[in-house]
Amino acid sequence: MTEWHEKKISRRSMLKMTGIGAAGAIIGASGFGGVMKAMGSDLTAPKAVKNSIAFYGKHQAGITTPSQTNVYFASLDVVVTTKKEMRELMQLWTPMIEKLMAGEEVATSTNVHIPPNDTGEAEGLDAKNCTITIGVGPSLFDKVGLTAEKPREFTDLPHFPKDQLDPAYTGGDLCIQACADDPQVAFHAVRNLVRVATGKVEVKWAQAGFNAFPPGGGTPRNLFAFKDGTENPVPDKEDHVVWVQPGESKAWLTGGTYLAVRRIQMHLETWDRTSLQEQENTFGRHRDTGAPMGMKDEFDNTDEAELPATSHVHLARQTKARMLRRSFSYASGTMTQTGAHDAGLLFISFQKHPQQFIDVQNSFGRLDKLNEYITHRGSALFACFPGVQKGSYLGETLFK
Amino acid sequence: MKKPSLISALLVGVLMLAGCGAQDAKPADNTAATEEVATENTVDLTKEMEAYKAFALEQMDAFLTDTEKFVTLFKEGKIEEAKHLYPRVRMYFERSEPIAESFGDLDPKIDGRLADIEEEGLGKEDWTGYHKLEYALWVDNTTKGYEAIADQLVADTKELHALVQTVEVTPDLMITGAVDLLNEVSTSKITGEEEIYSHTDLYDFKANVEGAEKIFEILREKIEAKDAALVKTLDEKFAALDALLAKYEQGEDGYVSYEALTDEDTKALAVAVNQLGEPLSQMGVIME
Repeated sequence: MTEWHEKKISRRSMLKMTGIGAAGAIIGASGFGGVMKAMGSDLTAPKAVKNSIAFYGKHQAGITTPSQTNVYFASLDVVVTTKKEMRELMQLWTPMIEKLMAGEEVATSTNVHIPPNDTGEAEGLDAKNCTITIGVGPSLFDKVGLTAEKPREFTDLPHFPKDQLDPAYTGGDLCIQACADDPQVAFHAVRNLVRVATGKVEVKWAQAGFNAFPPGGGTPRNLFAFKDGTENPVPDKEDHVVWVQPGESKAWLTGGTYLAVRRIQMHLETWDRTSLQEQENTFGRHRDTGAPMGMKDEFDNTDEAELPATSHVHLARQTKARMLRRSFSYASGTMTQTGAHDAGLLFISFQKHPQQFIDVQNSFGRLDKLNEYITHRGSALFACFPGVQKGSYLGETLFK
Repeated sequence: MKKPSLISALLVGVLMLAGCGAQDAKPADNTAATEEVATENTVDLTKEMEAYKAFALEQMDAFLTDTEKFVTLFKEGKIEEAKHLYPRVRMYFERSEPIAESFGDLDPKIDGRLADIEEEGLGKEDWTGYHKLEYALWVDNTTKGYEAIADQLVADTKELHALVQTVEVTPDLMITGAVDLLNEVSTSKITGEEEIYSHTDLYDFKANVEGAEKIFEILREKIEAKDAALVKTLDEKFAALDALLAKYEQGEDGYVSYEALTDEDTKALAVAVNQLGEPLSQMGVIME
């Protein structure tokens, strides 16, 4: 996946070359044209820095950007209480994010009597395709006097069957999704953004995640070893799955999207004692190829008759709702109460309306056979601003 | 809290943390940094250094006087009175810790926790100072058998008091000292690891914050001249932390037990400390 990133060529031609490689990894390996359209037109030419993703554009990066191998996701609560302070925070963050995505130090100083301005652990590394995506939670609006700007559809996600949400991994006023092809670069981004915002925000919860891509390209596997993301829709620039269109929500969110994040614990111990046949019936796919039940290839058409009624894939197909999934696995030690692996999926999806996620989640309901093996432990919903033009700042449409 | 004088612990800290070990590795690092300062900076902080030295001496005077009082009560077996005085005497020490800490051998003799001693490969029999008497008062519930430790504490405190008279205050000692005081709070006071028997951690907490605030007050004018916004921020953050601590006051000059704090309480305190520590670490702008 890294080879194509390292070629210093124009973004447009680079995207044409991605073909079967990286794009397939998140997008689900069909209709690459859409991906190219999504990214090609309004992005500025890549900088001389290796492996950097353009910061400026119609939409924020890190959404339709081909998935990187690592994420560090942080949910923050704000300490500030006014729109003006939020604006100042975004004006502080915007140039920093541009630098972080370009693989540059956030700031430098020669005064040895103060701590270094950049925490420094990304020094000597290139940009590693770092993207930083910022969103606001439904709880932010009342706190900073913006109640009237809160979209009607923007409320906390409803309770879903089998949810066991831990407040320690739920909600938040702001989010920073930092992705990179290196865990340290992703963490460095969040660390520095949080540090500079000391006294303005507090970290509510955070989670690191990872993905592994086959060398020849293709869909990554989750910790249950099944290919995850095969049926992801293909976003394009005018995509009506991901991007909020004019008039569809509050004006400030046009060109933005909703980010749903779920920390889903996967009970690896019980899964590992489950027969292969039962595992495949649970997903409705073959484990080795990723093909739908009874089929040979990952992208073969699904024969509904072959799918068990309680399989994950069958139930997902009961709704027309679509969303762009961009998930990562996580492994964070053990559960203190049980000693079981605290591992699973940091599920992240993008959609222009929260209902899309809600519909898909409800279609799984109580029936989903996968429920036996997973527990949703964390949940949050964020509205991600549209992209930034030069001279502007993140969230200007909301905080100006 | 790693004591700088615990040589073995110190070396491990340096090796493991490489460049990040500055706080733990204070004595060695400070010397180098201080020399640099002397040659490169032209800011005149003579008045400020004198003011800080006067403060430290005043704290040390009170620390010695009250330590003698405490030890007298202790040796008379007046357990309740000794318990009352224990956290209050310690506040003088905690306020001036940047100074006390610069005397490598004495700091662990006076303020060493059993965990620090053991980390150094020594045993309970090598343990002296306030925390051993804390153990006697709160766990053993007796003063019998601890008389020699009590006498040793007075002797060590006298020695510290004498040495402090000669201490050379440097700008770096003040600037890093203020941040170190808050780091002390973040790493050991907020976790209840400092006073594991008496649970009087909030007294040390308050004293560390007061010690940092004193340095800020002394440097206020100089900072104001360089970065007025930083002064405003520090005023706000000190006020916020003081207000939060005030919630846990008990009686006239006391604080609730650390055990009475909930996870939310300690988190709120830790967040307030970090919010203060970050801008406090910028006080070095006056050196540029």
